[in-house]
Amino acid sequence: MPVKVTLTVNKTVHHLELEDPEMPLLWAIRDLLGLKATKFGCGKAACGACTLLVDGVPVRSCSYPARLGKGKTITTLEGLGTQAEPHPVQQAWIEEIVPQCGYCQPGFMMAAAALLKRVSNPTDDDIDQNILNVCRCGTHTRIRKAIHKAATLAQTGQAQPNTPEDGA
Amino acid sequence: MAHKGKLSRRKFLIRTGLGTAGVLALGTYLARNPIRRSVLQTLSTMDLTYVGDTDDPLIWFELTADNHVLLLSPKVEMGQGIFTGMAQLAAEELEIPLERLRVVHAATATGNIDGLSTGGSTSIAGLWEPLRELAATFREMLRTEAARKLGAPLSGVQLKNGVFQYGDSQLTFADTAAGVTDWNLPETPALKAADAFRHIGKPVARVDLAPKVYGDPIFGLDAEMPGMLYGAVLRPTHIGARLLKADTQKAAGMPGVVQVVEAEDFVGVVARSYAQAERAKAQIEAEWEAPVHLQQADIEARMTVGNGKHTIIQKEGGPMEGPEGETLEFRTPIGAHAQLEPNGALAHVEEGRATVVISTQVVGLTRKEVAERLGMNPEQVNIIPAYLGGGFGRRLHTPHAVPAAVMSKAVGRPVKYIFSRQEEFQHDMFRPPTHHRMKGRLGADGRLEHLEHHFVSGDVGNNSALMIPGVPTILGADIGAVRGGLLQYTGVPNLRAVYYHVDLPFATSWWRSLGLLANTFAIESFVDHMAAKAGQDALTFRLQHIPQDDALGARLRAVLERAAKASAYTETVRAGRAMGLAASVDAGTPCAQVVELSLEEGKIRIHKVTCVLDPGLAVNPDQVRAQCEGSIHMGLSAALYEEMQVVDGALTPVIYGPYRMLLMKDAPREIEVILLQGKETPGPVGEPPLGPIGAAVANALFRLTGKRPVRMPLAKSI
Repeated sequence: MPVKVTLTVNKTVHHLELEDPEMPLLWAIRDLLGLKATKFGCGKAACGACTLLVDGVPVRSCSYPARLGKGKTITTLEGLGTQAEPHPVQQAWIEEIVPQCGYCQPGFMMAAAALLKRVSNPTDDDIDQNILNVCRCGTHTRIRKAIHKAATLAQTGQAQPNTPEDGA
Repeated sequence: MAHKGKLSRRKFLIRTGLGTAGVLALGTYLARNPIRRSVLQTLSTMDLTYVGDTDDPLIWFELTADNHVLLLSPKVEMGQGIFTGMAQLAAEELEIPLERLRVVHAATATGNIDGLSTGGSTSIAGLWEPLRELAATFREMLRTEAARKLGAPLSGVQLKNGVFQYGDSQLTFADTAAGVTDWNLPETPALKAADAFRHIGKPVARVDLAPKVYGDPIFGLDAEMPGMLYGAVLRPTHIGARLLKADTQKAAGMPGVVQVVEAEDFVGVVARSYAQAERAKAQIEAEWEAPVHLQQADIEARMTVGNGKHTIIQKEGGPMEGPEGETLEFRTPIGAHAQLEPNGALAHVEEGRATVVISTQVVGLTRKEVAERLGMNPEQVNIIPAYLGGGFGRRLHTPHAVPAAVMSKAVGRPVKYIFSRQEEFQHDMFRPPTHHRMKGRLGADGRLEHLEHHFVSGDVGNNSALMIPGVPTILGADIGAVRGGLLQYTGVPNLRAVYYHVDLPFATSWWRSLGLLANTFAIESFVDHMAAKAGQDALTFRLQHIPQDDALGARLRAVLERAAKASAYTETVRAGRAMGLAASVDAGTPCAQVVELSLEEGKIRIHKVTCVLDPGLAVNPDQVRAQCEGSIHMGLSAALYEEMQVVDGALTPVIYGPYRMLLMKDAPREIEVILLQGKETPGPVGEPPLGPIGAAVANALFRLTGKRPVRMPLAKSI
């Protein structure tokens, strides 16, 4: 039986009819809304490439049914910031030239944004304990630098932290 | 707008002479045999870096109305940063600002097709001259037209920031090219001297940075076509399994299923969404015939020096005989690529033509495979390469395009086919397991009299679709497996490197740096061991056996000395921290690394890695550094944690986590990269820094614990 669900993604309200009531949020975002920044990596919540924010909390969307997103505020990388108005995390990622292949980076950036929301100036240990995504190209040291830089950028106001998780 | 004018063809000379890295690695000894020599010559003189058209600037460059230049790259961007390096090379000769040059993947329909692959760390080194010559020629073609349109003498037309000027008149590239249908091809202009470079050698930001930070849909799996469906293909979970029977009745009735496709070599399901296709696939009731007795111990027993056919690949002086001397044995496990973007393809087959969007390192080969399967001419198949979510050699064969095309043809709509993560792990083309027996003997003077590397590996290049038929038989060695397997200590009077070939029941192939990681682990661990026996420090002992009087030896000595100095290398354990040193030369690029580590609560903590690389000219120093950092992380991951095992006939594990990889908590807190420039041209970069890292960790662990680790993954040795 198809289910109707209303999803608020990046401050836009979408009324969807899910033909597959178990459709993962990842595929609703990618295929029904056409937002491709959120990546499919493993389908088992094991790699973090599909990380997005649900009410500000990082969620591995490949294993999260879309229907559970009802009434919640969902943020993807496209909603985090734009080239004109980058989120501090994106600004830091640019300044540190973090990505190589880039496929895992949206997940890392979303996890980093969620961490900075909770801990404004994370230590290396905070990063170690909270950023559990997988990167194969080996951008780890630049990711660490970029998270520290993002914290500084957010505090000095050089890049305004968007707070999409607070809702519209 | 594309300009496809007539053009008097004449060949650009390809002077790289680079060949494949493996051929270089095999060079000295094998070349003594006349038959092998002729094959090597053939391989070296053919340009294996790039097999395609380098005589026509018009298939490489297009102009846009807003005065940008498009560079249609036959090479693919998989994170290694070559789009940025290529942009720097081309902009240098085109005399345009970097931001006005856009690099895009060339679809095969554009005509710029790489008949070989993107891999082997050869793209920038190989295109160093051809691409600048193409750009310079294109520039002069435009200048000739500009002169005609401006009514100016050729020598009077100046070029500044992509605009031609004559007196007060100006012409953009786009205006210059407008209406031109017949181009004159000038003689290849002289290339700019190094001291005039404006873009080359500068650490400019990656040209693909913004799309990757703001989430643009640039990857193969991001592609969409109207009416697109999802396909899934039934794959066995056991090695060597044969499908006996597949009952698809239940699968066909699953929600969302459009059609079950039973092809000559696979059974697939096409459904409206990815999840529906996967769920339906799981409902296919299949009977397999599979040997389930195979275990990891069987693989290791088979993969032991002495088994299989052997080839001597390096030979100086005599063999080591008699009871005196040292012997150590080393093992490395089966490794998975584990790139984050799964393999897959989006195909649309229509009457008389097919279109495939795919992340692949082998664009030309993929076109050939799809065309053959569909019974089309290659020209009827347009392969559109997309950014790769990681390559690492995994995509040097991407047969995934074929089932996508077959399913699309069956349903008459575009079909996107994605490998599940379990399929990625079980149907990878793995880094082969290896076993090494190192032997050495010191003379009375404390120097090495004998050094021998006997090693066995599964295939790397031999079974590759890229390998030229007959070459493996003639060479007698796998050009990938032997990479890094030759002994760089040519000051030792008696040297032997002997390669053994053993067949494995599962596919093994190219994994970033090929045999380099495993071979360097064995050689450099053993040399460390011999240094200790000789009562010498690891640096002095190495230097004693590397001749100063050859160019490569001098560069190897330089990276070693610099790494020791920069890291303040010591063999004293201080505050619980120990250091390990190792070095390798890969495809002419020397690299030395020092690892500093400690044990925290029984776990290995990497504090710092110092990496000194001599790639020659660094076209983009920041991206060369990024490749060093990437190689270090990937090498640490493989050396410390990663391991596939054969259990009851199946390759396992099948998911990240159980397939343990380096996470943020494991990564070194600091990586210092120092670049030396021991030659004037760019050399290979993407793989050479993967050589020393495993051995450097092992050597540091030995200092710390007194126990010599001889098996990867090294974390298990603690």
